Amino acid sequence: MWTWFYKLASPPHVFRVAAAFVPWLLGVAALALGYGLIDGLAIAPLDYQQGDAFRMIYVHVPSAILSLTVYTVMAAASAVALIWRIKVGHAVAAASAPIGASFTLAALVTGSLWGRPMWGTYWAWDPRLTSELILLFLYVGVMSLRSAFEDPARGDRAAALLAVVGVVNVPIVHFSVVWWNSLHQGATVVRLGAPKMPGSMLWPLLAMWLGFMLFYGAVLCMRLQGELLNRERQALWVREAIKS
Amino acid sequence: MTVGSWEAFVLIVRRELVLSFRRPEQLLQPLVFFLIVTTLFPLGLSLQLSLLRDISPGVLWTAALLSSLLSLDALFKSDADDGTLEQLSLSGQSLTLIVVAKTCAHWLVSGAALVVVSPIVATALGIPVAAFATMMLSLALGTVTLSWLGAIGAGLTIGLRRGNVLLSLIVLPLATPLLIFGAAATERAISGSSAVGAMYFLASVCVFTCTLAPLAATAALRITLE
Repeated sequence: MWTWFYKLASPPHVFRVAAAFVPWLLGVAALALGYGLIDGLAIAPLDYQQGDAFRMIYVHVPSAILSLTVYTVMAAASAVALIWRIKVGHAVAAASAPIGASFTLAALVTGSLWGRPMWGTYWAWDPRLTSELILLFLYVGVMSLRSAFEDPARGDRAAALLAVVGVVNVPIVHFSVVWWNSLHQGATVVRLGAPKMPGSMLWPLLAMWLGFMLFYGAVLCMRLQGELLNRERQALWVREAIKS
Repeated sequence: MTVGSWEAFVLIVRRELVLSFRRPEQLLQPLVFFLIVTTLFPLGLSLQLSLLRDISPGVLWTAALLSSLLSLDALFKSDADDGTLEQLSLSGQSLTLIVVAKTCAHWLVSGAALVVVSPIVATALGIPVAAFATMMLSLALGTVTLSWLGAIGAGLTIGLRRGNVLLSLIVLPLATPLLIFGAAATERAISGSSAVGAMYFLASVCVFTCTLAPLAATAALRITLE
């Protein structure tokens, strides 16, 4: 009864689907990012307190959201791979980890660049900043655990378990500004009630967020193809895929 | 001959305890490390007692965290190396039971011992006696959680050559909430205000890991042993 599911998740099928998705994802991501960058960096009105510095959010906020989204995707893919023994899940998790770590690093760097003029310091030991840093360490831990095993299958499963265990950090990062008295700004866009932000500033932000999501999707599809080719290098379909 | 689950649990715990008391240096080394690390801070800070008192909760908790990492390596490794763990897992008892028994025994010789010697360290750091009860309770809750996080990490890194470094890389990020709230509870107890909030957090994290970590640690062992 579940055979269609396994057929859907078979490496050659996923490889083809990923290849077909890449141009679409990249195209729409370019549109969204282009609009978001032009509107956000040039047209959106100045913040009455922060001046031009607030424009950092157009990179910072999407990176921070994506750092959590990618981790969640990685953990979900790992859980699927562990429970149903679907190999593609490990490939998705392995392909996602470096992307997520990069987004986390981007969020931390842009945040501290913004923090210097606004808070007067590059870094504060604030709950949200600290938990985001822990997220980066978790990514590094998952990646190094995967590569530490000589047997790749075992490394995959160990890293998958660690990714699933580490998912407890995701709600901590997300709710840190609500639970603790934080220097970091509270929830502004995703909250009960209307966003605390005028539309002229909000639309480019949403566009940037969409663009980052699609960009992640595109990079994931590309990296996933590489992962699958490398993992299945003994298989017949890889030879055919390379030939064509 | 079949052995009941409870009986098996007691047997494994007793075996672990006997083994560690036969090798007292292994038992004492983490404790001595705990003492040494905490004495390094006063020496480095040139004996400014007021400054020391301000940072003492952080020093105490950091030292506790690091010293319990030292003993984690011994949790499964020697038994995995000589095949005992495989024999245990083939004994017909559930692997979770074995993991729970081994982790309980590990906590008794590392975490509980740490709690017992903590008043000595606390006195040296200038923590008032009135704060000892809160400090020891917070350390007790924290080390139980740490033992469980460590069991997951140790299970994942069993077969690895440089597993020790990786073990720290895995366990320390997960343990940071403990450090934050444990130090906060101790600090509040020192300043005389109520530490209830931080203690509740530590207790809830402790219950959370006690329920779910055995499953995760068992899964980790299944992956690395097979």
